[in-house]
Amino acid sequence: MTGVHADRLLSPYRVLDLTDERGLLCGKILADLGADVIQIEPPGGSSARAIGPFYKDDVHPEKSLFWWAYAVNKRGMTLNIETDDGRQLLKRLVQGAHFLIESFPPGYLHRLGLGYEALEAINPALILVSITPFGQDGPYAHYKATDVTGMAMSGLMYLTGDPDRAPVRVGFPQFYLHGAAAGATGAMLAHSARAISGQGQHVDVSCQQAVARSLAHAPQFWQLENLILKRLGSFRQNAGETKVRVNWRCKDGYVNFMPGGGGAGSARSVRSLLAWMREAGMPNEALEAVQWEDLGYGTGRAEVMDLTAEVVGAFFAAHTRDYLVSESVKRRVMLFPVATEADIFTHPQLEARGYFKEISHPELQASVTYPGMFIKDEGGSRVGIQRRPPLIGEHNADIYQGELGLTSEELKTLKQGKVI
Amino acid sequence: MPPQALDGLNVLDFCWVAAGPMTTKYLAEHGATVVRVESAKRPESLRRAAPYGGGVSGINRSGYFGNYNANKYGLTLDMRHPKAKELVLRIVSTWADMVTENFTPGTMEGWGLGYDELKKANPKLIMFSASMLGRGGPLEKQPGFGAVLSSLAGLTNITGWPDRGPVNPYGAYTDFIVPRFAVASILAALDYRRRTGEGTHLDMSQLETSLHFSSPLLLDYAINGVEPTRKGNRDPGAAPHGVYPCQGEDRWIAIACFSDAEWHALCQVIAPTGGGWPDEDRFSSLRSRKAAEDELDRLMANWTKGWEAKTLMETLQQAGVPAGMVHDTRDLFEDAQLQYRGHYQYLDHAEIGRYASEKSEFNLSRTPGKLDRPAPMMGEHNEYVLRELVGLTEQEYQSLKDDAVLE
Repeated sequence: MTGVHADRLLSPYRVLDLTDERGLLCGKILADLGADVIQIEPPGGSSARAIGPFYKDDVHPEKSLFWWAYAVNKRGMTLNIETDDGRQLLKRLVQGAHFLIESFPPGYLHRLGLGYEALEAINPALILVSITPFGQDGPYAHYKATDVTGMAMSGLMYLTGDPDRAPVRVGFPQFYLHGAAAGATGAMLAHSARAISGQGQHVDVSCQQAVARSLAHAPQFWQLENLILKRLGSFRQNAGETKVRVNWRCKDGYVNFMPGGGGAGSARSVRSLLAWMREAGMPNEALEAVQWEDLGYGTGRAEVMDLTAEVVGAFFAAHTRDYLVSESVKRRVMLFPVATEADIFTHPQLEARGYFKEISHPELQASVTYPGMFIKDEGGSRVGIQRRPPLIGEHNADIYQGELGLTSEELKTLKQGKVI
Repeated sequence: MPPQALDGLNVLDFCWVAAGPMTTKYLAEHGATVVRVESAKRPESLRRAAPYGGGVSGINRSGYFGNYNANKYGLTLDMRHPKAKELVLRIVSTWADMVTENFTPGTMEGWGLGYDELKKANPKLIMFSASMLGRGGPLEKQPGFGAVLSSLAGLTNITGWPDRGPVNPYGAYTDFIVPRFAVASILAALDYRRRTGEGTHLDMSQLETSLHFSSPLLLDYAINGVEPTRKGNRDPGAAPHGVYPCQGEDRWIAIACFSDAEWHALCQVIAPTGGGWPDEDRFSSLRSRKAAEDELDRLMANWTKGWEAKTLMETLQQAGVPAGMVHDTRDLFEDAQLQYRGHYQYLDHAEIGRYASEKSEFNLSRTPGKLDRPAPMMGEHNEYVLRELVGLTEQEYQSLKDDAVLE
């Protein structure tokens, strides 16, 4: 069986995607790499279609921008796997599939007779990817998790936010995205193993572990130096007695800049900023005398960092964000805007690389700007976004009649029985 | 030893700092032979980054470096030496399937080791290049690192409290988003080569990849012109939805009720100790709870602060309420689930001592992978790599040492 996209990195492979909002990104990554990904939704459509924001604020299952973002490039069909007919149809699809991705609570598929062992018996080469908050088993495997409770238990939240208030989550739900992206990693590792052995396997992803791998050196600080790093608002704690300011207020917004921070590039960046401040009539000799080149990652002493915060802060506060950003590019200062969505859409590098992709939605007579590929390959044609997100049951006929050979009579029966 | 997913795959790895080395760590954990090329004269940032074994700094003592470079072999080359180029081309033509790097675009080319040159040495080579902003374009050489890049990707602007300025998601946040996409792409290219015999050059922009972690917001802006705002821990579809204080210093619990059933379950737990407020009409529906959310949060906080965080989490989960204590880093090591999954693997390092390295966040049932060797000391495997893996003669190896090509 060949995929719908001809000569792409993963053209020959078919992915059945049973995930809801918790796992959609996994299949999207594989689709962008060229696999034929079929999103299998319950009749009436995925629960992800109820998640906003919505196209022109119209709350409608075909207009969820959450759905669009993470179902784009997939095909779609409906199937109720809680019915006997539904399970039989899924098993037939599994025979010709290479991957099946799911994000149900642990044990759910097993109770339906669709656990890994059952699927393996049908297709020993199948790779089953399960994306759950804590993994398939263990003491918390059956814990309920939403984004905020998952982020709490993964350690990122404790380190994020102002020190005088409660920890905060990242302002867009991240917990399941980490797990779903890791699902694609695990799927491709299992696929590499299959290329050698011919045999599939079960990929059991823990979102908690995925987020817990996103804490830089904070876990090792506890393990090696018994130091619990804390959240410091605009600052970041680098070690016991050192911190570094990351967020800065400027005249009309916010910028990011990390003084010091290790590496030749960082020292050059600070030197360049200090030279700029001197030109602008705001020199500081004490900071110029610091041996930035000798500082390791985050070893600036507290007094140096406090002075930096004060002096550099005053310089930034005197200038607009656009001025600081454009001068920093020229001067190779590692300063970035705290970008808004508008900034992202006008970012010169994204523009030059042709990042954003126009996709036509003919039903809405609209062309929609989507975020583009996460990777470019040589020549650029073997990965990419090919199709708008599927409508509910859009490819039912292609798959049930075209591939499985059901008659239109049978299809009618299945629809009436709410199987599809 | 069971077979691993990437047995037989040879990777020459020039990656440094976090995103690149975390990418190649997945490969090394799952059976690939990864040779990490470094400079001893100019050690990379992470080798000079705390924490250190026993709190004592040293080029071989960083736990930060140790985490991301477990299972790799270390080779120290002076890339400015003319013979280094020759040696790399030889390794690429005779040994490597893949070259990985995340320097500022142009660095490898500057050494005469850009993709075009490497491809001449090995026509089937897969090269993976990652950078802050991607290759080509006016800002390709703009320096930067992940801690700042989360701001460029729009994640900082939306994080924090509505009445205050933005805060960065902790650390080099986007550095840890990228590797999942990177490994999937690298292995897709490997599969393509297996089928067609053709290699490729992959070019990943950390910014472009990270934008996928908030893409609905981009669509909302593109279509509806909406700029998102900071909301603290609130969610439009749930109440209560927040982080509340518990007994002790800086101890917290996250609680989220999306459905009425979850709210009623929460009320059952509150009832014996918290007073009658949950029964009040103003909290009866999601809409009314949202309307009175400030007061709801105040009452919740007043109730939770009498509880020990872990006990409350267990109690609420037992009752069917989504709840999670806010783990600090010590809690992570004590978390029963992470322990059950073996999230931290312990490795014995000659200088660091016993240190924790994070395993893959997934369990593969047939090819589980393994972390069984500590990160390399500077130049630790020069002889092994060049003699055993690449097959240089004793004489060739000695002359590289004598000429100071090896640092």
